[in-house]
Amino acid sequence: MNWFRKRSSTPLWRDEFSVYTADESYVTRRQFSKFLTLTSFGMMVGNLWILAKSLLHREAVYPRTAVAGLEEIPVGGVKIFNYPTSNDPCILVRIGADNYSAYSQKCTHLSCAVYYEREQNRLECPCHQGYFSIADGSVLQGPPQRPLPRVALEKQNGQLVAIRMEGESV
Amino acid sequence: MNTSPPQKRGLTAIDGAMALIVVLLMVQIWLLSATLESYLAGYRDAAAPGAIISFILFAACYALYRFIDRVDSEVRKG
Repeated sequence: MNWFRKRSSTPLWRDEFSVYTADESYVTRRQFSKFLTLTSFGMMVGNLWILAKSLLHREAVYPRTAVAGLEEIPVGGVKIFNYPTSNDPCILVRIGADNYSAYSQKCTHLSCAVYYEREQNRLECPCHQGYFSIADGSVLQGPPQRPLPRVALEKQNGQLVAIRMEGESV
Repeated sequence: MNTSPPQKRGLTAIDGAMALIVVLLMVQIWLLSATLESYLAGYRDAAAPGAIISFILFAACYALYRFIDRVDSEVRKG
């Protein structure tokens, strides 16, 4: 089935390479319109692909992992750990005596490792000076557009346990 | 180029339709990038409306292309 060519007894080559000069403007315009319509089709396929990926998406199941003891790190101290897999570095910061925050260590700009800047009380990316709030991981300055994914923590038997990631992008 | 009046009229109609297709394409490019950005940020609610609107825009482009094809064939027949 040929959707892009009208039914005709004239062969395609004669249609596309007319001997009449006046017809040339029509041929070029028709070909350009065909190209534009196919581009539109391509973009519709792109949107359908996103829809399919969304429908097939499954909610991630996170393991419960002990990260550190409650008194293991001092106030203002930091511990690096991996969660939810061994390839996902995260950073745990003890902000106060009973206040802990943990985030993915990958900067949401280009995945450089962020570190805790104690004097400014914020997380900083050394690559492009992206700064994140220690309170909620939101962007304070720099090229990152999205906040750092947060690790939800729970206290259990004198331990801090990571239970899930929050705000993680696809 | 020596064009007769019906051919000139045909070209004008085709140019208008092509301009409309270009406008629709620009909207569709914006829609695709916005939907992708939203999906990559973890928001999946925009995917279905994005796909439906993209389909409508493609249908409009295709209808305009068929119009161009018809005008082209009518004018060439004389």
